[in-house]
Amino acid sequence: MYYIDLAVTGISFGCMYAMMSVGLTLVYGLLRILHVAHAAVFALGAYVTVLVGNATGSILLGFLAAVIVTPLFGIAIYRLLYEPLLKYRPDVPMIASVGLLVLMQDAFRIVFGEQGITFHRNAFAFTTFNFSGVTVSAVQIAIVMTAAVVFTGLHLFTTRTRIGIGWRATVSRPQIAASFGIDPIKVRYLNFAVGSALAAVAGGLVAELNNLVDPGIGFVVSYKALAIIVLGGLGSVRGTLIASLVLGLVEAYGTIFIGAWLDRDAIAFLALIVLLMIRPQGFTGARTA
Amino acid sequence: MSAYEISIISIIGINVILAVSLNMISGFCGQISLGHGAFFGAGAYAAALTMTGKGGVPLAIVAALITGSLLGVIVGFASLRVRTDFLAVTTIGVNFLFVGFVRKQTWLGGEMGISGIPPTGLGAAGNMVMILLFAAATIALSLYISRSWMGFAFRAVGEDEGAAATLGINSGAYKLAAFGIGTALAGLAGGLYTFFTQFITVDAFDFIFSVMLMAMVVIGGIGSTWGVVVAAVGLTLLPEAIRFVNDYRLLVFGGLLVLVIRLAPGGLTAMVQNLFLAVRRS
Repeated sequence: MYYIDLAVTGISFGCMYAMMSVGLTLVYGLLRILHVAHAAVFALGAYVTVLVGNATGSILLGFLAAVIVTPLFGIAIYRLLYEPLLKYRPDVPMIASVGLLVLMQDAFRIVFGEQGITFHRNAFAFTTFNFSGVTVSAVQIAIVMTAAVVFTGLHLFTTRTRIGIGWRATVSRPQIAASFGIDPIKVRYLNFAVGSALAAVAGGLVAELNNLVDPGIGFVVSYKALAIIVLGGLGSVRGTLIASLVLGLVEAYGTIFIGAWLDRDAIAFLALIVLLMIRPQGFTGARTA
Repeated sequence: MSAYEISIISIIGINVILAVSLNMISGFCGQISLGHGAFFGAGAYAAALTMTGKGGVPLAIVAALITGSLLGVIVGFASLRVRTDFLAVTTIGVNFLFVGFVRKQTWLGGEMGISGIPPTGLGAAGNMVMILLFAAATIALSLYISRSWMGFAFRAVGEDEGAAATLGINSGAYKLAAFGIGTALAGLAGGLYTFFTQFITVDAFDFIFSVMLMAMVVIGGIGSTWGVVVAAVGLTLLPEAIRFVNDYRLLVFGGLLVLVIRLAPGGLTAMVQNLFLAVRRS
């Protein structure tokens, strides 16, 4: 039963990583930038969820506010920071992105305090269900269900609607898509908006899981998300989903087997480095959105 | 000189060595490394173990150099396998891996770090002089390399690996050399840091510190030795000069990084050059 518990933890973390990383992988597919500041968007989402959730007494409203605020923020990052830097080497916008993340994290610390903030009422976080010996928390179920709904929706959107198909075309073949009359700039806005909203949902769910949002919330998760998109073969959504689940499971089991040697985050990066050495092009290699 | 001034100058010297050595990897050779803190830490721990094992100062310096360099060459091999932007993520990973590993090792003091490291016997002022001598040597080496054949090869590899290869430049060998030299110097800086503090914890070598080093390189002007030296001195003094900055250190560093890249992607060096050109033209 213990091993099944670990699988539950691994899968729920994997789903959360997936929601964080898909936005990143799409930004890479479009702009060739490692959007490190995505983690700041994630943290912003978590803060907004808790603040609005506490102010209104409804966590649902908190999530709603987060998915409204963060897309605007994501678009602002693109418009004000990345767009003017696109003509330089890709590491120039990436370093700017690292700077923005560090700045944002410190701003959160200054505004909301070192200790972070918690939900006033979050009964949800402490509800657990027992399925013949396997303990599953309500938040874990929520994470997996949200991810399932979100990714099914995203799949339908990108395969059934005109806008979605245009988006997919731009990520995989920008020039050809543009020659078919798709506006690449609109696609970029859409991309930052959707990716940021997904990160915000993930942030809100992590806030629920820990019942705490502290200034460091984005840091480690963000670098894991970077590891994941590299593993997934940058720009590939399917690869990213697979890599997220693999990393979630590797971490969950890894903490049991080599936890005495390495902490959870180090295990994730060890997995990243080992896999990169075996497959430098990532799991899928080819870029397909 | 007061003890405070001596300690500030020592820290400046250490940061200059670190920033200049990172510039050799990222500036000269174009290999973005966001994990320089790990090599710094490896050198610091090697020196700490040597000193507590009664190995003496010269042996500790050698141990720090070799440990930094060994770890660097291993990471350098990774740089042969992956592209530059993948390498940035891999080096972040190396930094987290280093910190995560050391935290769990009881023989390295774990969370508590290593304390009671024997003094060098030179005194605080003597340590400072030693640090400054090594910093001067590092700057001289960097200037020498940038004008040597190896420096040109580094730049060629950093600019365009394919074009460099057509000129018969073995890009793999030069990437490894850049990592080997740059991380050896980072290890050395770690050793000097250990002599200076006589107490180390792994928190000093985390990813944030690596970002601050990268900020020094980028703000100074990536690739320019003197620009990076000026930025390292300036950014080390900044929190000291303006007390309130210390509480908002990361905010200021992050903000400067964003502003400089946004307004002058070439850093201070490019800004000064442009100013100079403008003055000459007018």
